[in-house]
Amino acid sequence: MSTTPGGVRARARIVARQDGRGGTSLPVLESDGPLALRRTRGSGTEARVVLVGAMSGPLGGDRFGVDAHAEEGALLRVQSAAATIALPGQSKGEAHYDVRVHVADRAEVSWLPEPLISARGSDLRVRTEADVAATGRLVLREEQVLGRAGEETGRLSSRLAVRVGGRVVLDQELACGPGAPGGWDGPAVLAGHRAVGQLVLVRPEFQERPVTPRRIGDACAVVPLAGPAALVSAVAADGLRLRRALDEALAALDRRPMNG
Amino acid sequence: MSRAALLVLADGRFPAGGHAHSGGAEEAVKAGRITGAASLEDFCRGRLHTTGLVAASLAAAAAVGVPAVELDAAADARTPSPTLRLAARRLGRQLMRAARATWPSDELDALAGEFPKGAHQPVVLGVAARSAGLGGDDAAHCAAYESVSGAATATVRLLSLDPFEATAVLARLAPEVDHVADLAVEAAAGALEQGAGALPAASAPLLEIGAEAHAGWAVRLFAS
Repeated sequence: MSTTPGGVRARARIVARQDGRGGTSLPVLESDGPLALRRTRGSGTEARVVLVGAMSGPLGGDRFGVDAHAEEGALLRVQSAAATIALPGQSKGEAHYDVRVHVADRAEVSWLPEPLISARGSDLRVRTEADVAATGRLVLREEQVLGRAGEETGRLSSRLAVRVGGRVVLDQELACGPGAPGGWDGPAVLAGHRAVGQLVLVRPEFQERPVTPRRIGDACAVVPLAGPAALVSAVAADGLRLRRALDEALAALDRRPMNG
Repeated sequence: MSRAALLVLADGRFPAGGHAHSGGAEEAVKAGRITGAASLEDFCRGRLHTTGLVAASLAAAAAVGVPAVELDAAADARTPSPTLRLAARRLGRQLMRAARATWPSDELDALAGEFPKGAHQPVVLGVAARSAGLGGDDAAHCAAYESVSGAATATVRLLSLDPFEATAVLARLAPEVDHVADLAVEAAAGALEQGAGALPAASAPLLEIGAEAHAGWAVRLFAS
């Protein structure tokens, strides 16, 4: 970690590796300043990491990053202890939060953090990039809540890009809040919903058997992407309802018969 | 460039099938999110700055010579809804037929050969503009304007909205259409150097979710 006049810079790193005994070890688990990583008990062959926010933030001017790399055959699950709250800082300028997830062949990463909450007056740019090898698997959830309860939102821009076998299967940006291009809260984009989320699933078998498009309630859809991946998109009045919709969609996907 | 060629390409009567699509307006009207001129304007503004910007950037990039195959893959990644991907390819195929008859070129032939079921419409639009001797800014303006004009025209039919009011919405959005076209031209120049991945990817969650709902209706006025 380093503290510059512009804000705090921190980058945490995780490397997951097969331990040769049927499990997954974490040869690299590097916390950095406000980004503290804790290994928790995994289930079976999977290694589990919890991201613990040791300080508040990101604040204006901060640059946070997390890199996670699952090597061939490793199984990694990353969660977070609490929501991340973007807050205005003393230094002017936007904050950045970059997540990079790399999934090697036959590896699997579940990236399931708690929501990101954009507090009034904050300005955060989030970038999430996942690079999945052709036989890798990924579940990645991204939830954004615009403002704490009853609060107006800050400025939040996010980009989510997912590559499978070197090919981009998803590239999506969303910009909300004061100063975002017009119409972001209007009938084409969010229409007053205060929570928006996506769940990306990459599974090699989706290449041959893509998911069937379906709707969950009136503000959530499950769709096959152009490649071995599926996307759940949802908007909701608040973070709780958003999570419920995404959970329901994920459960519906897992109930799908594998030979269907 | 020829200004008249631009008018031919941008003409709503150019036989490319766009009139059959509402740009998500039909679903938004049924869901009660568009109820009149004011909400139509807000809908169009959101559309313009998201899918409109993406379409304009793809069209401008195709017009300045970024490889169409790369742009088509970038369009797929920016269109999670399979319904909207299919609609974009159908519209691309219809535009291709009209464009090859209007401005025959080897580049259009090559693109048609590469994508027999149709490439994404903005990509075809960009290559068609190129074949018509038009530039990236022309292609971007066409795509940006189309991203709102279709929804406005559809809403006139869906809500029996006064056509004068719908046209006034488009006129009020004109400066923002120009701005989006400028951004698209800038992005296309970036894509020439850094590839199609550098293009904007602005998304509109409700358009994507709504398109899947609309596709499931038994009876609808518009194809999307």
